[in-house]
Amino acid sequence: MTLLAGLAIATALWSGVQALNAQARNSYDAATAAISGGGGRMLLAARGGLFEQDLFVKLRRAGVEVSPVLEGASRIGDKNIRIVGVEPVSLPRRSPIAHMRKRADILDDFLTGEGRAFASPQTLRRLDLAEGAQPQTERGRRLPPLTALAEAPPGAIVVDIGVAQRLLDRPGKLSRLILADDAALDEARLKRVAGDALRLVAADDDSELARLTDSFHLNLTAFGFLAFLVGLFIVHAAYGLAFEQRLPTLRTLRALGVAAPNLVAAMACEIAAFTFVAGGAGLIGGYAIAQALLPNVARSLESLYGAQISESLTLDARWGLSGLVMAGAGAVLAAASGFAKTMRLPPLSVARPIAWRAAHHRYLRRQAAFATIALVAAICAYDFGKGLASGFAVIGFSLLAAALFLPVALAGFLALSENLAHRPLARWFFADGRQEISGLSLALMALLVALAANIGVGGMVEGFRQTFTRWLDARLVAEVYFEAATPADARDIEAWARGQPDISAILPVWRAKTRIDGWPIEIVGMTAHETYSAHFPLIEATPDVWTALHAQDAVLVSEQLARRLGVGLGSALDIPTSRRDWRARVVGIFPDYGNPKGQLRVDHEELKRYFDDASGVHYGLRVSPDATARFIDNMQRRFDGAIARILDQSELKSMSTEIFERTFAVTAALNTLTLIVSGVALFASLLTLSDMRQARIAPVWALGATRRELAALEMIRVVAFAAGAAILATPLGLFMTWCLVAIVNVAAFGWRLPFQMFPTQWLMVFLIALCAAILAALIPVARLARAAPTELLKVFSNER
Amino acid sequence: MNADRPTGSRERLGAAMSRRSALILALSSTSALAQGFGGLGANAPGFKFPQPGTPLVFPKDHGAHPDFRTEWWYVTANLKGTDGASYGVQWTLFRFALEPNSARAGWTDRNVWMAHAAATDAGEHLFAQKFARGGIGLAGVEAAPFRAYIDDWLLETRDDSSGAGIERLRVSAGNGNFAYALDLTATGPIVLQGEGGYSRKSDAGQASYYYSEPFFMTEGSVSIHGRETQVSGRAWMDREWSSQALAADQQGWDWFALHLDGGVKLMLYRMRSVKAAPFFFGNWIDADGATSPLMRDDIAIAPLENMHIADRDTPVRWRVQIKSRGVDVETRPLNPRSWMATEPAYWEGPIFFSGSHKGEGYLEMTGY
Repeated sequence: MTLLAGLAIATALWSGVQALNAQARNSYDAATAAISGGGGRMLLAARGGLFEQDLFVKLRRAGVEVSPVLEGASRIGDKNIRIVGVEPVSLPRRSPIAHMRKRADILDDFLTGEGRAFASPQTLRRLDLAEGAQPQTERGRRLPPLTALAEAPPGAIVVDIGVAQRLLDRPGKLSRLILADDAALDEARLKRVAGDALRLVAADDDSELARLTDSFHLNLTAFGFLAFLVGLFIVHAAYGLAFEQRLPTLRTLRALGVAAPNLVAAMACEIAAFTFVAGGAGLIGGYAIAQALLPNVARSLESLYGAQISESLTLDARWGLSGLVMAGAGAVLAAASGFAKTMRLPPLSVARPIAWRAAHHRYLRRQAAFATIALVAAICAYDFGKGLASGFAVIGFSLLAAALFLPVALAGFLALSENLAHRPLARWFFADGRQEISGLSLALMALLVALAANIGVGGMVEGFRQTFTRWLDARLVAEVYFEAATPADARDIEAWARGQPDISAILPVWRAKTRIDGWPIEIVGMTAHETYSAHFPLIEATPDVWTALHAQDAVLVSEQLARRLGVGLGSALDIPTSRRDWRARVVGIFPDYGNPKGQLRVDHEELKRYFDDASGVHYGLRVSPDATARFIDNMQRRFDGAIARILDQSELKSMSTEIFERTFAVTAALNTLTLIVSGVALFASLLTLSDMRQARIAPVWALGATRRELAALEMIRVVAFAAGAAILATPLGLFMTWCLVAIVNVAAFGWRLPFQMFPTQWLMVFLIALCAAILAALIPVARLARAAPTELLKVFSNER
Repeated sequence: MNADRPTGSRERLGAAMSRRSALILALSSTSALAQGFGGLGANAPGFKFPQPGTPLVFPKDHGAHPDFRTEWWYVTANLKGTDGASYGVQWTLFRFALEPNSARAGWTDRNVWMAHAAATDAGEHLFAQKFARGGIGLAGVEAAPFRAYIDDWLLETRDDSSGAGIERLRVSAGNGNFAYALDLTATGPIVLQGEGGYSRKSDAGQASYYYSEPFFMTEGSVSIHGRETQVSGRAWMDREWSSQALAADQQGWDWFALHLDGGVKLMLYRMRSVKAAPFFFGNWIDADGATSPLMRDDIAIAPLENMHIADRDTPVRWRVQIKSRGVDVETRPLNPRSWMATEPAYWEGPIFFSGSHKGEGYLEMTGY
């Protein structure tokens, strides 16, 4: 029963996380594939962003069969959507959107009159709009009538390319070209026709989203795997106990002449059956977990990366199969030692219960040896590299080492106590505790791992929260942030704002895009103002950073970008611009938490000079704080449609914080689940043990200890074990925090957070451990306290 | 003028009609023919209609007529290679206006362009098709100097040409498997079909504007699977535009453009109807360009032999008779598998004929 539950829980956690990842990845792929079809090749602007439609015409006139796409972000009401402009006449047949061509009437409608806007039924529901509706975007542009089309990618509205250029205010611009399957184009020909403006990529590589979100998914996977490991501890413990219980039967069977391989085969069949039942239950559980967490994951991914994840969970057979395989692998791993023992089992050896001490020593030595191996592995992993995988390997191996070492430590502690104790009952208590270790150790190890993970992740998240909040305060200094609908609107608003008495500064925050070493980079302009020089958080900078930034060819580089490009203060950076490469000196490095893209900060005038396509619509305003609300009101009344979005500082801060909280909500949920699993493991082990315990307790009871006294001792023992695990978990958790902060975060996101300690958290975890132990021990101990004397007497009649 | 004297524009307009549906067809894999060509069978309010007595004006009318619903530029060539082998080449550009007032700026332009190209020899028939939206410079036709283009396929005035007409053209097209580039030089006048270019389709008043240049001499190169051959021969160009289409009972047609030895050109077709007996039309064009419409009962066109091509029975040999002119010939294709698996699919390829007269030409068969 415990075995089944353990396996089911392990599989559930693992497959739940896998389901979430698969769902997200499918959605990214669907977003790309819905337009271009699976596979194939496409052309993108060499330095990211948009390119001129003339390039498309040039390529087509050179005989290269390409179809244009323009994508961009927009909003309808308060919902983010992606506008996707396609050209149905040239769209390759493999494109799912091209299915619309099967309906002549739809195609006619799409290309004539005001056109049509396709959205999947799910997107329509999310927008709360019916077919035929013509909502306005934040730029005040009216959409063509909405039409449901199942093939439309999630979160996107598909319109004709010309309509998209109008809606997004990007006349004559495109974001990619899809190549026909048989289009004859290689790098050389591309260069001849389009110069260096475009780059050729396989459609599968294009999923920038997949790339950006990789670390997010790896984090999920790692926690899923951690939960799976904890589950495996349970399985291993349960199987070990079951094996010990049936050892006499196995011996009898061997003595009767059943060959060892046959026994193992029979046991393997049994495991297979277990795998099937438990794996199946685990898949159902995994589905439930994924279903419960999906909305949260979807919102995190949307707010962090702008990724649209379909919220109706669809899973394929591959997912189910991988869950079952994991369950099977887990079961085999857990049962392997049992199999090996069965193979080696001498048919005629007698039961030697007295020899437990020798066996116990062997067990402890083995644990210590394995712990040492795991420790060495952890050190090797740390030395081996600083990547994400090595970070997780360090964490995994150190957790394993500590877990394996736990019984050794406890046994040492008990042996020491036994020597120090004088009262017979106390001596028995410690000696008996040592004997119990091997039975409880796996459950205790699971508890240790879960506690350590809680301390580790909790510390990292809390540290991040504090750093993030401080950083937001420093970064968001302007009182009002707005985005104009178009650059022309921006100029109007700017002109008006100059005359407003409440405004002390107008800070354009224009943006442009480029790409260095294939990595998407955002370039943001800054004007010379005290808002920045006095507040903008920097990790390190040259002494003259602000004068240099505005006077010379100089840039500020975000921490993650600096790490990725391997640049530091004083390094020269070649930045591809609309004109030519711009060589600039790095004068400062700033933290940019939560931004998946690299960011460069440059002087506003330089930005305008080097990037023709700088957005020109983003602004910050310094307004006297008590006039902010009135000012925003005024501005909205006056400009209305010309303002795409306006926020005051506190709104922006709360939005950012919300994104942050969501990101870690999933981690916290998995963490809690892991802790629950380890509690279950402890409970299951104690329950199994309690039956065997009667044989040990009965003699002590017979010698005069009361049942109540014995029950209290049992409880004290379990609580002491849990406390021991919790105490060991604290340094382990701190080490894990350090690994997360110094290795995993740096590799996954590119930023390094200060390492902070939170003793109140440790206390919480300690209390949780004790509570878990007490809860888990309650039933077995109560059973003991109420055990009928006849039950205990039976032990002597059943003496083996 | 009566309905017995149309000039072959009918099948071409039929072709346009089916090719307007071809737009939808080609963009689909189900038959949109059944859906009535997006209403093209009916009248099309907002578009201009051909009026009798309107003189065609050149070079203006070589260009596009966006006020009309549909038009096309059609070139076929019968060629002989320096290797002694025979070749055929087809170049076709269609314009379809999706709604009236179709010529607009940028992507708001409402014209869709479609092109078919093919190169044929006795062993191969290679073809390709293209689609492009109007308004952004992917496809279009300019009157003077004459230039028709879609992507990299061109039919345009040669550099060495002095006039503003279509006397000296260059035509080129291809894909990865075939390519051709031919110089076309007119050795005779433009031929106005019907009543000075106004070509009636029925007594109900359906009509199109239609002219041809059947007197092109041509030379250049044809490349099939990378094997390039210098070629020379004769080419025929058709131009037609209208806004109306034919009745819905139309099933398909068999159209012949024949170069008779001695310089006479002959255009003939048979229109098959699901309801009525087939219609026959024709035009006899003397070597000097003088035209004589052929009466319906003067023409006999009948298939002699069918072949199973592209999963259907398609006639490959025909008997063609013009009683008043003593013509009685049998045609045979250069390549019976000249199947255009475009959408819509049809048969179009070079043919030879012998009997009372000898010569070569092009055959187009649809609706099989």
